[in-house]
Amino acid sequence: MDFLQPSTWDEALAAKAAHPDAVPIAGGTDVMVELNFDRRRPPALLDLSRVAPLTEWGTDGDMLRVGAGVPYRRIIEELGGRLPGLAMAARTVGSPQIRNRGTVGGNLGSASPAGDAHPPLLAARAEVELASVRGVRRVPVESFFTGPKRSVLAPDELIAAFRVRTARAGEQFAKIGTRNAMVIAVCSFALALDPVRRTVGTGIGSAAPTPVRATAAEAFLVAELDWDSRGAVPPGVAAEFGRLVAAAAAPIDDVRGTAAYRRHALSVLARRALVWAWEGLR
Amino acid sequence: MTTVDQAVRDGIGTSPRRPDGTLKVKGEFAFSSDLWHEDMLWGATLRSPYPRARIRGIDLTAALALPGVYAVLTHEDVRGAKRYGLEIADQPVLAMGEVRYQGEPVAIVAADHPETARRAAGHIAVDYFELPPVTDPEEGELLRRVPVRTGDPHATADVVVTGEYEVGMQDQAFLGPESGLAVPAEDGGVELYVATQWLHVDQKQVAACLGLPAEKVRLSLSGVGGAFGAREDLSMQVHASMLALHTRRPVKMVYGREESFYGHVHRHPAKLRYEHGATSGGDLVYVRARIVLDGGAYASSSTAVAANAATLGIGPYEVPNVDMEASVYYTNNPPCGAMRGFGAVQACFAYESQMDKLAAALGMSPVEVRIRNAMTAGSRMPTGQVVEGPAPVASLLARVRARPAPPPSTLDLRELPGGVANTTHGEGVVRGVGYAIGIKNVAFSEGFDDYSTARVRLELIGGEPAVLVHTAAAEVGQGVVTVQAQIARTELGVERVTVATADTTVGSAGSSSASRQTYMTGGAVRAACQAVRATLLARVGGAGIVGGKVVNAAGLVVADLAEAIGDEPIEETVEWRHRPTYPIDPETGQGNAHVQYAFAAHRATVDVDVELGLVKVVEIATAQDVGKAVNPLAVEGQIQGVRHRGWGWH
Ligand SMILES: Cc1cc2nc3c(=O)[nH]c(=O)nc-3n(C[C@H](O)[C@H](O)[C@H](O)COP(=O)(O)OP(=O)(O)OC[C@H]3O[C@@H](n4cnc5c(N)ncnc54)[C@H](O)[C@@H]3O)c2cc1C
Repeated sequence: MDFLQPSTWDEALAAKAAHPDAVPIAGGTDVMVELNFDRRRPPALLDLSRVAPLTEWGTDGDMLRVGAGVPYRRIIEELGGRLPGLAMAARTVGSPQIRNRGTVGGNLGSASPAGDAHPPLLAARAEVELASVRGVRRVPVESFFTGPKRSVLAPDELIAAFRVRTARAGEQFAKIGTRNAMVIAVCSFALALDPVRRTVGTGIGSAAPTPVRATAAEAFLVAELDWDSRGAVPPGVAAEFGRLVAAAAAPIDDVRGTAAYRRHALSVLARRALVWAWEGLR
Repeated sequence: MTTVDQAVRDGIGTSPRRPDGTLKVKGEFAFSSDLWHEDMLWGATLRSPYPRARIRGIDLTAALALPGVYAVLTHEDVRGAKRYGLEIADQPVLAMGEVRYQGEPVAIVAADHPETARRAAGHIAVDYFELPPVTDPEEGELLRRVPVRTGDPHATADVVVTGEYEVGMQDQAFLGPESGLAVPAEDGGVELYVATQWLHVDQKQVAACLGLPAEKVRLSLSGVGGAFGAREDLSMQVHASMLALHTRRPVKMVYGREESFYGHVHRHPAKLRYEHGATSGGDLVYVRARIVLDGGAYASSSTAVAANAATLGIGPYEVPNVDMEASVYYTNNPPCGAMRGFGAVQACFAYESQMDKLAAALGMSPVEVRIRNAMTAGSRMPTGQVVEGPAPVASLLARVRARPAPPPSTLDLRELPGGVANTTHGEGVVRGVGYAIGIKNVAFSEGFDDYSTARVRLELIGGEPAVLVHTAAAEVGQGVVTVQAQIARTELGVERVTVATADTTVGSAGSSSASRQTYMTGGAVRAACQAVRATLLARVGGAGIVGGKVVNAAGLVVADLAEAIGDEPIEETVEWRHRPTYPIDPETGQGNAHVQYAFAAHRATVDVDVELGLVKVVEIATAQDVGKAVNPLAVEGQIQGVRHRGWGWH
């Protein structure tokens, strides 16, 4: 197996163009599991850990641009105030060791329907920045996933960063696991309420072939929330929102849970998350 | 009886540091998977992908052709007994014409690199003809049925509760996977370094399968990374030895985490149907129970597990009329056998659930119903056996009940069901408090000749008295090495005690299981120390050893201990037995089957998110009668460990 170690972003893109079948490796928390269990034997690994810009983040107006290689621990510590939903999700990922190494870029790269970064990125309407020697393109997270563990990433492309508006408040993330920590999501839900633009964003994890938005639930909430005086959410509105979120999922029965439980849990999580997010804005 | 030296440092009742503790915490302890030998080869196992199939043929050509491969063996290469087993020799060393569970070993490989060995195993072409597996024990072949009947089978009662309970399979999941090293010896035998629970029972089975006399199969205990019953049966022992004898090279085998789940027995899944009858005042009148255990593909210790389930299956309660039957069946599921609790815990889940139901039906508190029916010393078990030892069942329950209730959880997410996954900020959360008590037999039952052997040597080293304790007791993490040294210190009044590596050059210690090793090997060490002391005291006409001096009956010093030992070391070997037990009647289950019992009471406080079904265990208060705590810290460690084990079983 070849081990390619570019030290600059241009070298990395050139290497990926020259070796489209090389598997990028960032934190390695997904890649190494596959190698160790002999589930995958790629002809080459493309180590991205020396490419400094991937581990940087910065602001561009009220937009944040976060390098694909920023690990979860830094998302929590450095970006918790600006991206509270993503930080909450990051806090639920694996163990401290996994959060030290694992990256959002790697989560996107794996494109698992259960990836915990995906629902908050969906809810916040983030964009993924993809790059190749051919150029750079930005893809809304919503159109990034094409199926279970599949995305629009082309063989010669790398994930450079994601871009998202800073939030500070109005975001929530909640995840059900088969135990209280160190667990893959049975299902998860993210919510982003933007009181300035009066928008509602949602993201559902592990309850459809890809992470999905609950668009009908979003539209319902935009119309029903009392944006002007920010009065409490009427229980009927919260319940209907939960119902619409559950309806947007397309879950299956598997070892982690049944489709029926997932739907039920999503409705509960959505209802609760709405109350918490709204209270956070009042 | 002479007096022992209560003042000696690190003796009985203290908690000296265990010799492996610091090494383990620092990651420097050598486990059996760390063994290394010059020139060694690596073994790998090919396992059946099917739960049930006929093997129509095995083609080894491609595997043997792989460079670096030294041997590929099948059942045809087993020179001795083709089958082994703890109680019934029904498990093939390597599959013969059929496989009966997924993961059953079919062929073994030795190669110069573990990766090569694994690849070669993948190159073995096995022609399987799949058959429909039996997965429901009630459709399987009966392995053992244990009835226990006493009193009136038609007794009736004011209040009756029934329930059907099901408990799933559980795995011991020890941290150090099955591993060991087999080194061929010049005499045609083999030296085997393994992590096991019982060296001598391994020796017996390995020798039989290799077709060698026992003395040509010499075992030494290697660093054990946990056991919990999963190392009672053989795993890689015969395979590595076969490969070593065949290649004339040392062969190491290490299972991976995934393979480990195929490599050992599990806790029996069980279906339990119970009916409890009580007077309106809350006194138990009768219990009728049927327990069905899934034994999996081979017998392992299933017959004894079933006996435990049956004889302990109504719990630590006095019940005049009992009609109990526990049955274990063969299926094509993974083999089940020993795991902490050994048949007693499956039943505990059912009878304690029944006690809660009964309390609800009677309108009584769950603890009160239990205390009211609790057995005591002098009670009669449903087997007719009188409980002779202490049985503080009521007081253990009262103790956990008397503990102050844990405070309500704060809104820190880590204290709530779901944890930092942020599923509730208190919504839907209610607190539940539950009580349970369990009974378990200590040491081996049903007439088994249960003994341990200890060799103790007292000598001068560099002019100082020193003791060498040698037993075959397997240190599996429970602390038996530390405990042996403590006992020798107290008995002989000598601080400098070395515990030799457990191996088969000393007699059997029995298994590190059934909560027996501190009692049995501890007892053997104590008896051997007493024999050594008697010889020593006789030498100088003393009556005791105190503070490094031999004293007479009047407490006057008659000799320095070092003087008394002089250049004549004293060595004694003792076999120590607990009082005998007896088989139970196959029809009525009557008989004095057990030596003694241990009891554990719990009060669990659990917060439950009733909308999401998520839980947070707030506290488990435990009270156990541990007798004399030889090493209090180690006892606490055991209780902590097993509490987590129980916690994980849901
Ligand atoms: C014990 C354990 C617990 C875990 N718990 C969780 C959990 O709770 N929640 C969760 O979501 N995940 C969990 N994971 C999975 C994993 O940690 C995450 O998916 C993580 O985000 C992967 O990031 P990484 O940097 O380690 O990716 P890597 O393993 O390095 O890569 C993952 C994939 O992304 C590709 N890739 C990486 N970077 C790029 C890039 N810049 N451009 C293009 N492709 C790229 C790789 O080629 C690969 O296909 C867990 C894993 C383990 C081992």
